[in-house]
Amino acid sequence: MSASDIQIEKVVDVHHDEHHDHEHHEQSFIRKYIFSEDHKIIAKQFLISGIFWAVIGGLFSVLFRLQLGFPEANLEILRPILGGWITEQGRLDQNFYLALVTMHGTIMVFFVLTAGLSGTFSNFLIPLQIGARDMASGFLNMLSYWFFFASSVVMFTSLLIETGPASGGWVIYPPLSALPKASLGSGLGMTLWLVSMALFIVGSLLGSINYVTTVINMRTRGLSMTRLPLTIWAFFLTAIIGILSFPVLFSAALLLIFDRSFGTSFYLDQIYIDGEALHNTGGSALLFQHLFWFLGHPEVYIVLLPALGITSEIVSTNARKPIFGYLAMVGSMLAITFISFIVWAHHMFVTGMNPFLGSVFMLLTLIIAVPSAVKAFNYITTLWRGNIVFTPAMLFSIGLVSFFISGGVTGIALGNSAIDIQLHDTYFVVAHFHLVMGSAAFFGMLAGVYHWFPKMFGRMMDDKLGYVHFWITFIGVYFIFFPMHYIGIAGFPRRYYSWTNFDAFSTYADLNMLISIAAIIVMAAQFIFIFNFFYSIFNGRLAPENPWRSNTLEWTTPRLPGHGNWPGKIPSVYRWPYDYSKPGAKEDFIPQNVPLSETRESNLAHENEQIAAELEMIEEEKHNADNHHGH
Amino acid sequence: MTGLLITAGIILTIALFALVYRILALVNIAKGAHEKRVGYSNTVNAFMFILFFFVGFGAFFWYSGKAEYLPAPSSEHGIVTDDLFWTTTAIITVAFFLTHCLLFFFPFIFRFKEERKAYWYPDNTKLEILWTVIPGIVMAILVITGLIEWNKITAPAPKDSVQFEIVGKQFNWMVRYPGKDNKLGKYDYTKIDGTNQLGMDFASDKANFDDFMPGEIHIPKGKAVELKIRARDVLHSVYMPHFRVKMDAVPGMPTTFWFVPTKTTAEMRKELKNDKFNYEMACTEVCGNGHFSMRMIIVVDEPEAFNQWVTEQEPWAKKNQDYISGLKLKDVNLTELLK
Repeated sequence: MSASDIQIEKVVDVHHDEHHDHEHHEQSFIRKYIFSEDHKIIAKQFLISGIFWAVIGGLFSVLFRLQLGFPEANLEILRPILGGWITEQGRLDQNFYLALVTMHGTIMVFFVLTAGLSGTFSNFLIPLQIGARDMASGFLNMLSYWFFFASSVVMFTSLLIETGPASGGWVIYPPLSALPKASLGSGLGMTLWLVSMALFIVGSLLGSINYVTTVINMRTRGLSMTRLPLTIWAFFLTAIIGILSFPVLFSAALLLIFDRSFGTSFYLDQIYIDGEALHNTGGSALLFQHLFWFLGHPEVYIVLLPALGITSEIVSTNARKPIFGYLAMVGSMLAITFISFIVWAHHMFVTGMNPFLGSVFMLLTLIIAVPSAVKAFNYITTLWRGNIVFTPAMLFSIGLVSFFISGGVTGIALGNSAIDIQLHDTYFVVAHFHLVMGSAAFFGMLAGVYHWFPKMFGRMMDDKLGYVHFWITFIGVYFIFFPMHYIGIAGFPRRYYSWTNFDAFSTYADLNMLISIAAIIVMAAQFIFIFNFFYSIFNGRLAPENPWRSNTLEWTTPRLPGHGNWPGKIPSVYRWPYDYSKPGAKEDFIPQNVPLSETRESNLAHENEQIAAELEMIEEEKHNADNHHGH
Repeated sequence: MTGLLITAGIILTIALFALVYRILALVNIAKGAHEKRVGYSNTVNAFMFILFFFVGFGAFFWYSGKAEYLPAPSSEHGIVTDDLFWTTTAIITVAFFLTHCLLFFFPFIFRFKEERKAYWYPDNTKLEILWTVIPGIVMAILVITGLIEWNKITAPAPKDSVQFEIVGKQFNWMVRYPGKDNKLGKYDYTKIDGTNQLGMDFASDKANFDDFMPGEIHIPKGKAVELKIRARDVLHSVYMPHFRVKMDAVPGMPTTFWFVPTKTTAEMRKELKNDKFNYEMACTEVCGNGHFSMRMIIVVDEPEAFNQWVTEQEPWAKKNQDYISGLKLKDVNLTELLK
């Protein structure tokens, strides 16, 4: 036992649960930790898988940044790891460069920011914050993780095969991705990519269906939809987006599989390649792009909404203030959810799509900026006249808001089809989405880990290391992505192995070097987090029950909640989750399970009117409980 | 040996960090630092936001002034879209700056103090309507100005525009001009082979016979130029950064883009004081391992020089007479067509 365990906390193992007679027997190790149906274990499985993939995705970006920042460097030192992917001149192989870019995108978008973020926090927080013993279906939930795991195994295998993983960009546009002759990565690597994504989608759907069902059906007594923490609203809407959009990607992938293996022509038309005119006619390459972005754009919000939900919770808790404009926050998330489905073609302004469609999508795209702006203003107003405690989670949340703004505003330029002609597929786009969706969502995820680590593992992470981690990462991310705006305005195209062929793109070797150095530093800083994370699981300071003095229900569970979450009966909810610094209250927070009848000194007028009904409810509950025991 | 040293170095560094970390953790426990609600770091973190604000925005404004951008656009629509871009950028920079003033100063001003209580302020409908409506209006203005220009750019090309064809393949561009008859001959992808790279269908369209395929693009200044874009194998994208032109090349689906060049190559060379300046065309849709090497030079001539250049070009069919005679076309007077 480490010395920091000196602080002895109250009750560690109140495991048994009167309401779950089946849970009395001890579970085997395999059922408890591997094929577990407990949402908390599944959440940790997603989290650790997500961290694993984030390290791989991050290292990939360091590799291709080496090429872009130091094109003359001799990478012979990497030969033991990369083997034939280092050319005889000691450079990165061109095919491998594209494979790295592709896999960086795929891994970060799907395996880290979808599975790692939604998978972790939807699983962990939905039952705990709505007062449920577990997900609606623990079994489906377990399947959801194991489908994801299978998908991970397939994707990881594709990294190791001789021809390398898929290399057509994470958007895998056909015909490049459909024709093995067109690119080294379009062979087996692409097949594995498609198989992996099919498994991934199944896993994601099983998870999402569970989240939606659980939120709708299993909220504890008194927890109306308008009393839900914003985290739950975010996870709920994210799951709905996932259910509606992932199947479209599935069909897109399926048709691509047909084109690749069964001779169909969904996406192929009039192609001459490798000395041969293919028989395929009548397909449309644009069809794939429409199908892909019908998922691809909502995917941005699948990644972002959970991060915004987490931020809402953390900002409010640590500013010791109610989140400003709760209903407006819910409203803007609803608006974003809806509009996210009808903006997809803004990725396609210059693909040859009908220009009239371009006008329509431009209009819709700029509309989505309004609810996004409202969210940013509301975060800032929540900070105003707060009493702000800078936990690492709070710092990452503020960082998220900063990225959400700095990356979001450039979307206004890109969403304008006339301006997009020049900016499309340049580094301006790379800067935009890495800030607004990549870094923002990543910061949301890190904030969530720092904030809920005590509930996950019963111990605290070290906050000093957290501060160092935050400041290096926050400043470093700006050093990586802000210069990309200049490079993009100068016209540099994406996914270029080297720019020196062009006079127009021969400037900015200095900025590219700066970006690469910053990327290496940021990557290295993540190991501070990884150390902190794993070290604290075993040796961290023991966590108090409610370390952040927070209002939501998860903090009413024991330090290490067992399967079933609450040892006794599930707490009822009597108020919204943001009663921070309420005038007249004794403390600067009132948890959701504290009845209004006990806080008459701080109640608002309309809350006092509810007391009579509330007392009736409590009476009735007591009555039920007595009956239950008698039975 | 080097590898061993590096590994040993890394392990030692990690061990050192772990030791330092452990000592600090124990010191903190001994001091009871965790008993207090916030420590000294709260002030440090709050101050860091202010520091980052000044250094960050300082660097931003300083560098934006000295950064190298592309030269001013050399096309009519490019001047307008660049104006739109810089106007939008000015607006979003103001929004970025103002929101960050608040976002970075509030944490400092309202950092935790034991004696203070946060202000209970759950909502304010007027304020929320205000900041929904203002972005709404700004967006509406930007949308309308953008739409007007977008509709102009994507309107059908003027009747008298200079047409030519750009075809993307792995990994270079090919161009074809219509020749004397001003008509691009029909093509058929099944007719493509090692010689007839564009699949010109000589049997069904005689307009092919005078088409020529130069090694670089020539366009006349001040006249509308219409690009007929297609791809042979995978997606490519025609990108002419100096003209602010971009359009995908899609197998099976011809696309088009038209624009009016405003400065000749010679004028640009003079303006930039660079004798070696050339307009360039690149590919911006990932198309395989040679994606980054699809360069083609564009030359903008005065209209007279352009016409002169056109007359000097030799038709492809004339250069490849063996190929044409190999086609064994009936009812075709080759000598007449190749004159």
